[in-house]
Order: sequence, then structure tokens, then C-alpha cells
Amino acid sequence: MSKDKFSPSRRTILMATAAAVPLVSVPVYRAARADGLEGVELAQYQPVFFSAAEWQFLLAACDRLIPAEGRGPGALETNVPVFIDQQLHNGLGDDVYMAGPHKADAPSTLGFQGTFTPQQSYRTGIKLAQQVAQQKHGKPFEQLAPADKDALLTALQKNEIVFADLGEPGLKASSFFNQMLGDAKNGYLADPMYGGNKDMKAWVAIGFPGARAAYTEWVDQHNVKYPLGPVSVSGKRA
Amino acid sequence: MSNITNDEVDVVIVGLGWAGSIMAIELAKEGLKVRALERGPDRPPEDFAYPKPADQYAYAIKNKVFATPRDAALTVRYNDSETALPTRKWGAFAPGTGVGGSGLHWTGVLIRPTTTDLKLKTYADHAYKRGSLDPDMRIKDFPFSWEEIEPFYDKFDKICGLSGTTGNLKGVIQPGGDPFEGPRSSPYPLPALHDTYNSSLFAATAKKMGYHPFPNPSANVSQAWTNPYGAQLAPCNYCGYCSKYPCLNYSKASPQTTILDVVKRMPNFSYRANANVIRVDLHADKKTAKGVTYIDENKNEVFQPAKIVILSSFQFANVRLMMLSGIGQIYNPLTETGTIGRNYAFLSNGDATLFFKDKHFNPFATAGATGEMFNDISPGNFEDGIKLGFIGGAKIHSSQATGAPIGTSLPKGTPGWGKGWKEGMVDWYGRSMKIGITTTCQSYRGHHLDLDPNYKDPWGQPLLRMTFDWRQNELKLQRYLRDIVLGIAKELGPDSISENFLALDSHWDITKYVSTHNVGGAIMGDSPRDSALNRYLQSWDVHNVFVPGGNAFPQNFQANPTATIGAITLFAAEAIKNQYLKNPGPLVQV
Repeated sequence: MSKDKFSPSRRTILMATAAAVPLVSVPVYRAARADGLEGVELAQYQPVFFSAAEWQFLLAACDRLIPAEGRGPGALETNVPVFIDQQLHNGLGDDVYMAGPHKADAPSTLGFQGTFTPQQSYRTGIKLAQQVAQQKHGKPFEQLAPADKDALLTALQKNEIVFADLGEPGLKASSFFNQMLGDAKNGYLADPMYGGNKDMKAWVAIGFPGARAAYTEWVDQHNVKYPLGPVSVSGKRA
Repeated sequence: MSNITNDEVDVVIVGLGWAGSIMAIELAKEGLKVRALERGPDRPPEDFAYPKPADQYAYAIKNKVFATPRDAALTVRYNDSETALPTRKWGAFAPGTGVGGSGLHWTGVLIRPTTTDLKLKTYADHAYKRGSLDPDMRIKDFPFSWEEIEPFYDKFDKICGLSGTTGNLKGVIQPGGDPFEGPRSSPYPLPALHDTYNSSLFAATAKKMGYHPFPNPSANVSQAWTNPYGAQLAPCNYCGYCSKYPCLNYSKASPQTTILDVVKRMPNFSYRANANVIRVDLHADKKTAKGVTYIDENKNEVFQPAKIVILSSFQFANVRLMMLSGIGQIYNPLTETGTIGRNYAFLSNGDATLFFKDKHFNPFATAGATGEMFNDISPGNFEDGIKLGFIGGAKIHSSQATGAPIGTSLPKGTPGWGKGWKEGMVDWYGRSMKIGITTTCQSYRGHHLDLDPNYKDPWGQPLLRMTFDWRQNELKLQRYLRDIVLGIAKELGPDSISENFLALDSHWDITKYVSTHNVGGAIMGDSPRDSALNRYLQSWDVHNVFVPGGNAFPQNFQANPTATIGAITLFAAEAIKNQYLKNPGPLVQV
């Protein structure tokens, strides 16, 4: 993998362009290439779940969760925010059993007992995280220096930011953070049909051949690196 | 919503997974009019043509062919004094739904328990000093002999095209197989799958250390196979999408690939998908059933009259349906009365992950059941359990059920996000292997199932409530197995090892996937006093109701359950055909 194929300057341009796009109600594919979500350009993508302001937070957060620097592509180069926006729009989490009563202090070993859907978790989490960024730094999260962004994300992850103190006892900061991190990793590594893993760049970087799904001759090739690049479910090759 | 009554059938089957499909074909071949009702959607094979299942996010992360917790949650608590909470998301286990059930997305490890596993109580009474085991333990023997059940294991092996290496043919130990397996009447139908790199490393080292590894017995077939029903399976191509996925290659034995294609062509068989059975309707004396009631896809309430009712949905769905229908009495752990809900057992896993910076494992080039295992540490095969005061064991294995990248294990100390995580993925994807354990789990007086007083399903019926936690017997076993696994791991000389085993103070963590090998709750036995079903899976209380499934196991053994579910279902089908049809009534007199 060549170093810094995705330069910070291009990333800055990407985010700035995305910021300039007004939120209008148009079908999501309109600005994309003919191959649907796999061909979307992040700079032209118009979110269908997130508001324009929320979208700025999400772009900036994903850019720190899976940054461009170092080996392997970053979240923005691979359209991870597009994946998250599409999943939330398409009902992510609607398979969860949500009926009450809810027990707030259940042991963690008994699993999720919250009342927030993923959609509500993002809405509330972003609002409160931005509130903290303003209080602490006087500007929104997306305008912070990378180290300050990382510190704020870490504080969310470790529940050092207490959402209850900000008026929201029903959601833990770590729960919002983990939802976002899990979704970001899913978007990075899922088939590109869902909008992330653009051009299968993440698969190329780690050496996963995707949907080839036929290795009769390779099961016996022990300790020999598989030589072929990935294909997607839609049949594209990287 | 309206009330509809269907035409009467000879047999109604509730749940069209492995057990339901076996009953369907065996009873339809007998000339009976058979109708299956499946809660979930139809899942025809064309839905799984290449490359559709090659999609980790849809199938393995979003559980595309599983029941949703929204529709099928249960509640869980650790002991009777607590309020149980719902499984709002799947974690430790994930049952299937839809035609094919869990048999559509299982991994395909098709292994029998040992002869000792089926007679565990007899073994315990013989090998352990009185009072040396937990006094709340309620282990029991299966109510048949090895000689009686073996032909049905053999038949199910042939239905699935079992691939592997024979270990014991008619009492003669065979090279390369499992020397601890029970005597087989015929050899494995097909040769073993090829070993992946991890399994060959594991097998060589385990053998050097004195263990007896053998290839995982597999229902992902190694060669083309035509089964006794005439269904054809294609040789596995090691596609890497197996555990949690439908097979894209017609290679994994499933109800679809081995039975349904055949039985669907029979005029006396029919089935309805999206038909959610809410109760078995009993006659006033509660001694026989007159049929079942289901909600169809248009929300109509439909009565399906039938002469015989087969409950063949997932283990805990079967138990719940018996409770909702008033079949038998719900178990009470205080008084130890009642039979429906007793002897629930799950199981534990554990593993070590070994990282090698100079090895390429190509983890995506694999079949669900590829791997090697050994059975040296299972009841009756080692003495330490008796000395250390626990009963049980595990199959110890290095398997590679799937190699898709979401959830890749990274070495200890790798950051969970940021540049460090990303570079960890680049450096370590495809450079690790696991050594794992799949353990026995005993049944106890306080581990049971009943109906939850607080939570309901979308149809307004109470959820099933599970009371379960780890006991010292199972935790001591984990610690013992950990030492063995780490011993093998160190011998392999990796750059680093991370481990995942239970501690002696661990509670059951429902958020971490273990397996979907839930068993018990409506068990088979010799007496209506402490079992729900007789040896033919016939309800002691309502004689025209049969309940095949993992619910019938009195405790959990280290082998995967599917082979035994297949065998006991075939055993029961034979009894229905040869005995029950001629003389409907209880098949076992007490």
C-alpha cells in the first residue's frame, strides 16, 4: 500500500464541498453515477437521514475513527458516512425488541436494555457532543484540531462526558460512541453495495477477496498469499 | 381479521427446519396428508444463488435469515429471585426462522455424541464418588441404547452426505478418525474436507502432544453426493460463507438441499409460510390435540385440524408452545414438580487466538466445517475431571468457519479505532488462527424455562423466560480446558496469543455469541414424572403431539446437536409409522 495516497488536502476539499451542499429533498442517487451507491462521490452526496449540521459532525467523527493518515484508506476515502446515513435511513435497528418496561441499571452481561433506537442515539449523541465542543472549545466539533477531536471522542467512549449531566439520562455517551464506531467499521468493511468501502479500497488494503467465493484450488495452498484482488457482489473488480 | 378453518390433514408440522422436514418426508412417503406451517418466510434455493450470500454485512452482522428479537425474544435472568429482562438484540445465540430454520444457516459440523454422552447419568454414578458432584445437578441418560439409535444416526449421515474420516467401524478403530466415537454400522459416506492451514498446524501439534485429532465431521460435502431421498449435493468449493449464511453452491446439507426439493413434489404434502402458530388446540379432556391455530400473513386466525401434531420449531419455541397450549404442567424448581421447562442447558465456548506475522492463513478459503478436533477431553476419556470434582469435557478444535473481515481479531494492545486500528487490520487480517473449545453443559434443578409475567410478543402472548447462569462445575471445566488450549498454542510458537476463557466468578454474558445449541426444556425420558416426552418424542400428556428438537436433550454434550436432532427425529418418525398409526395412543406404557 503506497503511503498517503489520500492526501489531507484532498480530504479538506471533500469535507468543505460536502458542507456547501444544501439539504434538499432529492432522491439520494441523483448526484451519483449510474451504478447507485457504489458510485457515489462523497462530495456530492446528499444525506437522507442526517441534517446538514449533523452531517458535518459525522464526516469529522468518521475521519478520526478511521483516519486517512498511515497505511490503508480512511473512512472518508471509502464513503463510510454514506453507509451510515443509508443504514439509518433504511431502518437500522428495527429488528430490536423495544417493548417496556426498561431497567436502566441492568448488568451489562444481560445486553442492551436501552430505549434509544440507533436513529435517536445519533440525533441525541451528536447534539450533546456538539454542546460539549462549544462549551470547551467555543467551536463545533468539526472545527477542532485533530488531537482535540480525538480527546472528545475518547471522553465519549469512556463516559467521561456524562450525558445525564447534560439533561439526557436515557443515553450513555459510550453507547452513542460504540454505535457510531461499530457502524463505521461495518461501512469500511462491508460490500460496497451499501455505500461504504468505496471501490473496495479497504478490502484491497487488508487482502480480502470479497465475493469471489470459490477457492477449491486454494485451500491446499498453505502459507501462500492469495494473489487475486477483490470482487463485489455486483461483479466489479478492484 | 377473520376466522378460517382449513381442510383437515393427517399430520400438521409446526416449524419447517431440520426436524420438521424430516417428519414431512418420512410421513408423506407413508401416504399421509401432511401440511407444514412455518412462522417465517419461504426461502427457496434460488434466493441463494451465487453471489447473493457472499455478503457478510447482511447475513452475519444483520442476521438476514434469522428470527428477529422483535418477534422472537425471550427473557433471561440468572436465578429465580430476579426479574428477567428481554434479549432485545441477539447475542449468545441466534435462532433461525423461515423455511429451513436454523438448518439453512448452520455451520455444518455433523458429529455424534459419544456412547458415554448418551448414558451420562450411568457413567457419573459409576465413576464419581457419591456426593462429589453439585447436588443440584439433574443429568439423565437418553432413553435408548446406542444399538437402537445408531441406525438413525447412520441414516441422517447419509441424508446429509457426511464427510470425514471413520474412527470406529463396528468396534474396530480406524486410523485417522476419532478413536473415541461409538461404533458405526457403516463408514462415513464421503471423505473428509481438505484441511486449511490452521487446522493442519493444529492437528500436527496436537498429535505430537499425544492427542487424537481428526477432521471435523462435515455436512459441507467433500464430493458430489446423492442422498437416500434422491437429492443431490455439489462438492464444496470452500467459498468462505457458511456459518450464518445459506450455501451459494448447493454443497451444505440443509432442509432445502436434502429434503424439501423432493417432498415439495409430493401431492400429499403442502406448506404455508408466514403462518405463526399461536397454540395447539386440545380436546376438553386435554388428552389429545384436535389441531393448531395460526395467524396467517393477512392476520387471519386460522384453525388447522389434524390427527397428529408435530412441534418441530426451535428448542425454546417448542417449549413455549407447549406451555401456551396447556400441554403438560410447567416445571416448578422449588417443588420439582411439572415437566415442561426442566433441564434447560446451554454451553460455553472459549478460545485462544494465535498471531503469526510471517504466516498467511487465507481465512476466506474455507468451508463452515473445515477444521480438526479431538475428543480426548470428554466424559469417560480422561481421569482428571473425577479428581478435580467436575464432570464434563469439550471438543478441542481449530476451525475456520468463515474468514470475512468484519470483527477480525487483532493482537492485544491494538487500539480499537484510529490509525492504530486501521493499520492493525492491514497488518494482521489473515495472520491469525484460533484454537477453541465447545463444552458440555450439565442440567440443574434451578436452570429452567417458564412464561414471563412482564413481557409479551407482538401477538400479545407472554415471552418464554430462561433462568440460567454458569455453575462451578462448568467454570472449573473451562479453567481446566484453558490450560490445555494454551499449552497447544504455545507449542505452535506464535508472535502473540490472546485468550478468551471464563473465570471462576463469571456470569453468563448474553452479548457474546457462543452457539445456538440451546437444549432441554421438554426432555425425553423414561418416566412422565421427570420428563415431558417418551423415547419416541411423544408427549406423555397428549399422545398425538410429538416434539422433535434440541428440547429433548436432558443435558448438553460437547458434540454439536444437529446429528442427534436428526437421529431422534428419524427414530420418532419410524415409531409413528410402524406403531402409532396402527394403534394411536401412548407408545410407552408406565
